[in-house]
Amino acid sequence: MKKDTKLAFWTWVPDIQKEVDLFQAKYPSVKVEVVNVGQGGAHYQKLRAAIQAGKGAPDVVQMEFDKLPSFTLTDSLLDLTPYGIGDLKSDYPGWVWSGVTPGGKGIYGVPQDTGPMGMLYREDLFTAAGLTVPKTWDDFAAAVTTYRGKNPSSMLTNWAPSSEANMLGLFWQAGGRPFSYDGAKSVKINLTGDAACKKVTAYWNDLFKSGNIGNEPDFNDAWYQGLNSGKYASWLTGAWGPVFLQGTAKSTAGKWRAAPLPQWDTSKPASGNYGGSTDAVLKSSENPIAAAMLARFVNTDEKAALTLANEQFLFPPATKTLNNPAFADATSSFYGGQKVNKQFTDISMTVQEGFQFLPFNDYAASSYDKTMGKAIGDRGDLNAALAAWQDDLVQYAKGQGFTVAS
Amino acid sequence: MTQPAQPALEKKPVNIAKRRQYVAAYALSMPFMVVFALMIAVPLFYAGYLSFFKKQLIGGVSFVGMDNYARALTDPSFLGGVGRMALFLVIQVPVMLGLSLLFALILDSGMLRLQRFIRLGVFLPYAIPSVIATLMWGYLYGKDFGPFAQLAKSLGLPAPDFLAGGNVLFSIMNIVTWGFVGYNMIVMYAALRSIPAELYEAARVDGAREWRLAWSIKIPAIRGALLLTTIFSVIGSFQLFNEPNLLRVIAPAAIGQDYTPNMYAFQLSFVNQDSNYAAAIAFLLGIVIMAVSYGVQLTANRKEKAS
Repeated sequence: MKKDTKLAFWTWVPDIQKEVDLFQAKYPSVKVEVVNVGQGGAHYQKLRAAIQAGKGAPDVVQMEFDKLPSFTLTDSLLDLTPYGIGDLKSDYPGWVWSGVTPGGKGIYGVPQDTGPMGMLYREDLFTAAGLTVPKTWDDFAAAVTTYRGKNPSSMLTNWAPSSEANMLGLFWQAGGRPFSYDGAKSVKINLTGDAACKKVTAYWNDLFKSGNIGNEPDFNDAWYQGLNSGKYASWLTGAWGPVFLQGTAKSTAGKWRAAPLPQWDTSKPASGNYGGSTDAVLKSSENPIAAAMLARFVNTDEKAALTLANEQFLFPPATKTLNNPAFADATSSFYGGQKVNKQFTDISMTVQEGFQFLPFNDYAASSYDKTMGKAIGDRGDLNAALAAWQDDLVQYAKGQGFTVAS
Repeated sequence: MTQPAQPALEKKPVNIAKRRQYVAAYALSMPFMVVFALMIAVPLFYAGYLSFFKKQLIGGVSFVGMDNYARALTDPSFLGGVGRMALFLVIQVPVMLGLSLLFALILDSGMLRLQRFIRLGVFLPYAIPSVIATLMWGYLYGKDFGPFAQLAKSLGLPAPDFLAGGNVLFSIMNIVTWGFVGYNMIVMYAALRSIPAELYEAARVDGAREWRLAWSIKIPAIRGALLLTTIFSVIGSFQLFNEPNLLRVIAPAAIGQDYTPNMYAFQLSFVNQDSNYAAAIAFLLGIVIMAVSYGVQLTANRKEKAS
């Protein structure tokens, strides 16, 4: 780490230069160039293009958990096991760590942030409708009807059509394990055979049929307006949601609260994950040691990790940061002084292990849009759409040469 | 071509001058040729080459000949997109070009006050990038906070859903029409201005009124410009991408990722990681566009000969 080295780091985290500066202060001979090539699709498209071209790819790259397997499939990521990253395992809840070891072989990233799912809700609207926070999904369904009865122009919640990751989070919570990937040639696709996935789909199918919840696309102006204007009284989302909402629905400050997701079985509280990312090292990196050190330092150095959590508002994956009073005890006036971080820290501990993503998650998401998403948008039959999604994924996987089990 | 071979040698001065001309011609057109080769020809050949292969996530690359093309011809996503764009073409293009022609004739008649202001006003939407225009219309179409919805609500009527499955194609037609009426109008207007004034005088002596002038003299005289704008519009229709792709954000259920052939090719290449099939789709789309454009031109020429 004393040799003069240059690293390229692709990330969309705003102001991550702060954490990189801490790294450079410790290792002055390593120069890190931070590049933001765009978020979401643009980020991965540029990364794939650079990998395919054989040059121009960064050394370290931010990558969401659900995208990792698709890059280990193409053998583009460096296994970090020889670089000592394995000793971090005990610092994370089990489900977080399994996210960076797709197929259970090798370690392909250092966790950066996660999104255990909870419920954000408008306390004022709930109270006005005489509702208490629903503890179970049955309570939630009853609350949907009650709320709608009292507020014809508003709905208890909205469930967006194009949100595969969000729906997978609910499958995850219910114990659904529809996908797996062995790290080589075999995938399992079992949406229709998985009792939990079927249960969740049937549940939401009924809610949509009743017409009492919204089916608007999310993350666009109309949806932001809806959150601001009380069109929706709750939002089921990941742990990054509270800060996001704070910036989006400013005019409703002080009225929101956070709670766990409604449960299927209150004796065994559970949650799923929605979103979150890691920092991975590209196999093509000429300085793998320095690159692995950067990925490790930015996310695990005590000061850097706390800065990511408190200043960049990434929900921390590591147990130590989660329980650090400087994070867990923070209160937010937007949430009426509630300790929202603590709430989601507790939820994080209830996320179950064993959920896996397909090594072609981009396709799985777009296939979701045209099957499940379309049914949500049209208030069609979600159960049939689940079967259509299953069929489409199996067909694609076979066409791509995978051995498919269901 | 035949060379002006031996005899030319005897007239040396002329030959040198000619050779200089040739050199200059090549030198001046060379930058175009280089850019054309690098930016158009090479990518085109590369895409053509790619379209004969298949790359699987497991198993790698293999030569498949025409398989990708055969697959496309029975692919409901591709055929659906082409069909949708054909419908778009037969409805939107006549409406748009009709409006452009109407505006151009009115401006040309000189009977309008504030001519320059109106000309600029009609042209202005073209100066707005389609991305921004779509965002703007997306807001106007909104069924909660859009002005049309607000108006309907204040009158106690149900809000119109411009983004519902059956309406969205017409909503996109409206955006494209709004954006391109002015552009086509300017092309037609420029053609109208170049018609010799004597023709009008002769017609007026014969007692023709303004509408008769337009029908019997002006429109036939700008046939070239009409054909040009039609062909451009055919190409533009089949290549539709920005407007539906952006509206997808607010209407994902009505606008699938395969809504237009271009969107489908983009999806295949960047989401499905199947650039080989995407290349075949792009080539087939190119063939469809050529065939339709050629058909339009042929019909126009026949009419010209017949008249």
